[in-house]
Amino acid sequence: MSQKGQAGRRGDRVRSDCWISVEPRDSGGVSIELKSRVEAMYGAAIRETVGNGLAALGVEHAAVQVEDTGALPFVLMARLEAAVKRALPETEAEFLPDMAAWSTYGTTRDRFRRSRLYLPGDQAKLMINAGLHGPDGVILDLEDSVAAAEKDAARFVVRNALRQVDFQGAERMVRINQIPAGLDDLPYVVPHNPHVILIPKCETPEHVTAVDERAKSILGEKGIDAPVYLMPIVESALGCWRAYEIAAAAESVVALTIGLEDYTADIGTQRTNEGRESFWARSQVVNAARAAGVQPIDTVFSDVTDMEGLTASVLEAKALGFDGKGCIHPRQIDVIHRGFTPGEAEVEKAKRIVLAFDEAEKKGLGVVSLGSKMIDPPVVKRALRTVDLAVRSGVLSEGWKEGGGEDA
Amino acid sequence: MPKAELVKNAAGRMVPTEVNGKEAVPYKGVAAHRPTGNKAAPTIPTVMDYPDCGDKTVEDIKTALEAAGIRDGMTVSTHHHLRNGDFVANAVFEAAAELGVKDLMWFPSASFPCHAPMIDHMKNGVIHHIEGSMNGPLGAFCSSGGMRGMGVLRSHGGRYQAVQDGEVHIDIAVLAAPTADPFGNAHGLDGPTACGLLGFGLADSQYADKVIVVTDNLIEFPCIPWQIQGNYVDYVTTMDAIGDASKIVSGTTQITKSPDRLRIAEMTAQFVRAAGIMEQGFSFQAGAGGTALSFAIFLTEMMKEAGVTARFVRGGSTQYLTRMLEEGLTDYILDGQTFDLEGVRSMRENPNHVNTSPFTSYNYHGKGNFASMLDCVVLGATEVDVNFNANVVTHSDGKLLHGIGGWQNCLSSKCTILPIPSFRDRIPVLVDEVTTLCGPGELIDVVVTERGIAINPRREDLLSAVAGSGLPIRSIEDIKAEVETIVGGPPAKPAFGERVVAAIKWVDGTVIDCVRQLG
Repeated sequence: MSQKGQAGRRGDRVRSDCWISVEPRDSGGVSIELKSRVEAMYGAAIRETVGNGLAALGVEHAAVQVEDTGALPFVLMARLEAAVKRALPETEAEFLPDMAAWSTYGTTRDRFRRSRLYLPGDQAKLMINAGLHGPDGVILDLEDSVAAAEKDAARFVVRNALRQVDFQGAERMVRINQIPAGLDDLPYVVPHNPHVILIPKCETPEHVTAVDERAKSILGEKGIDAPVYLMPIVESALGCWRAYEIAAAAESVVALTIGLEDYTADIGTQRTNEGRESFWARSQVVNAARAAGVQPIDTVFSDVTDMEGLTASVLEAKALGFDGKGCIHPRQIDVIHRGFTPGEAEVEKAKRIVLAFDEAEKKGLGVVSLGSKMIDPPVVKRALRTVDLAVRSGVLSEGWKEGGGEDA
Repeated sequence: MPKAELVKNAAGRMVPTEVNGKEAVPYKGVAAHRPTGNKAAPTIPTVMDYPDCGDKTVEDIKTALEAAGIRDGMTVSTHHHLRNGDFVANAVFEAAAELGVKDLMWFPSASFPCHAPMIDHMKNGVIHHIEGSMNGPLGAFCSSGGMRGMGVLRSHGGRYQAVQDGEVHIDIAVLAAPTADPFGNAHGLDGPTACGLLGFGLADSQYADKVIVVTDNLIEFPCIPWQIQGNYVDYVTTMDAIGDASKIVSGTTQITKSPDRLRIAEMTAQFVRAAGIMEQGFSFQAGAGGTALSFAIFLTEMMKEAGVTARFVRGGSTQYLTRMLEEGLTDYILDGQTFDLEGVRSMRENPNHVNTSPFTSYNYHGKGNFASMLDCVVLGATEVDVNFNANVVTHSDGKLLHGIGGWQNCLSSKCTILPIPSFRDRIPVLVDEVTTLCGPGELIDVVVTERGIAINPRREDLLSAVAGSGLPIRSIEDIKAEVETIVGGPPAKPAFGERVVAAIKWVDGTVIDCVRQLG
């Protein structure tokens, strides 16, 4: 009646995943052939999950093979759904894991986005403990880290991870595929509390508005009133040129970032560690983002072994005006946070300015002064930001004002 | 095989009272068993039976075994300092098979996957059973009930204890020696299969009736330093190669790249610092596993920052411990086995890199040992239960997979820390009750997982020492509950048969638990 559908990963080097083959048939009910590293402990549980999944997806008769290397339930469910839908593409039902209590927290427009950790959308093992490493955000990636042939299967892994994995308070981001294909990723993502959608290879404001409208219509259909924010990634000469229009294209945009591998190729050069070839583009992104009132975020640093290079790159990004940086390995997170955390002298100066500002407010003065010097409003604004960042980075206690400003 | 009678021991585990025809004492509790009488002794040799010229060489292993009087039912020992590159143990039982000998007991200090040919020797009757660690294929064979006798797993110290108090009498000990002289003096510092030290064979050289040294680097007398003394040795013979050097020591030991393990290692080092253990002149032991190695590296950085140095570090030595020694961060390495070429070089060249043995470090019948003097030790485990009891020999599927090594002996340190993931793939490491009890919870002080640090409630001192440190201190039940929500409930128990296939000894020779046949 139909072809065999197969999904998942198997082999000696695969861990915490499974491979599933579903062959629908006309009669005979369901047969499950299971090979699992965890057979003794979870064999019965795996058979139960597979049975429930087939029922939920409307498959009454099928020969199922499972090769399991210790997949967590949400991964097993994603693989089963992918296999069934490859066999029976007309299947509309979903096999959703519960929305865990820890998956329902929200985000805010102006939260810190110092670090964002990329996680390949088809590799659940890397997602499971990602939040423990304390990134400001995690990105479940449906784009470049997923092979073309696995795009459909990765959607189920990402969707189920959004429902089941505890990202420990990190901002929950998803990078969809390039527009227009990426628009079809949205139904798998938007209903499951993603905080930010990353739009790759964004070249025009219409790319942004298309995602925004589609996301809003899905939210409307589902009756969800939490916002879904957007972070366009400009990765081409045209995208950089139109960066401001892109950043300002929709109210939902909260940040703008840049992808340098594609950008440097597009302008006909190569990416170097010094980065002179992308200086204009990065500055352009910072300017465009600030002009549109959104956060400028730098690209990733891709050599995971070079911590000194990373540190230098973070300091440079901060100097250029960026608020954050991407990372591809959890060990990069602390380095990035340290880089974006204000130094002691910076914090001390900011504290004095903030206290002077408070004093002026209290006295109803229009002008803030420190000693004999008048402090301009932008300086005050920067000082408030520095103090806020210092508090959130843990180098300044929240109640520092009560301590008379002496507490550091 | 007659069905062994089982009784409940002091840990509440059902254990056999008879192991391979000998009476066995059920575990009585920590520091509760006190054997009396005299130590065992080998037969008395006389110099007139040995050549005055000191040349004890014979043609090959087979000749040596014959000369040593090998016969059915004897106990033959080998040692694991050549690790997974060992050729000698297989050659010994190959020779025994050729001689038509049956029903031997193999008494290795540990076995490795390279020893899989022993399965055939068990099937064809050359080997009756194994008393020693059973890893990989041997563990699976034993768990499936393929072995005639009962496996006996002992710690390194427990092996010494069993030899010293007569629980095990070694008829023939065969010592693989990277360098030796014709008199039988031997060491592991040089030669194509250099491994560092030969401490695991020390007891055997002193207590076995017959001792054979096998080398692929025979040098003129004297072989110095004599880690094994020729005065204990009966015969010396050679092989083209006693092992595969690439599998004995690694060129370089690698630290883990796993972000979770690095996090666990870093949290462990932070704990050691916060608990006040990392003080001037302290001591610690950490093995060469990925997490333990990374722990040592993180701790080294913290020691440098704090300007603190250690008096001694116990290894498993590696390039990282060697660097600590050379940078003056520790005064001594007291080394139990050497894991990489840098470790071997350091032991050869640096008088403060000292070779040790289970006698100095772990021996139950010694007048003290080094393990209990350590300020902290970092160990692994396959499972830990909510009472901090731990398992190192089986996984939750019930299959024998690892040996005990020095693990049990190290539990006597002042602070025993297990840095372990809270689950592996889908398998929880934190459980209600361990599948096999290897270490009693009262000796296990801290469990460091990627989701938080659990301190044994008995250690109120540690709990108060790290209060306010900002470290994620949680109860072990709390972490276990979180893990169970992630993996989809607690694991089902494996289906064990009735038959006991292996006994797990405590450091004092009593039986702390046993392993049942699977299926």
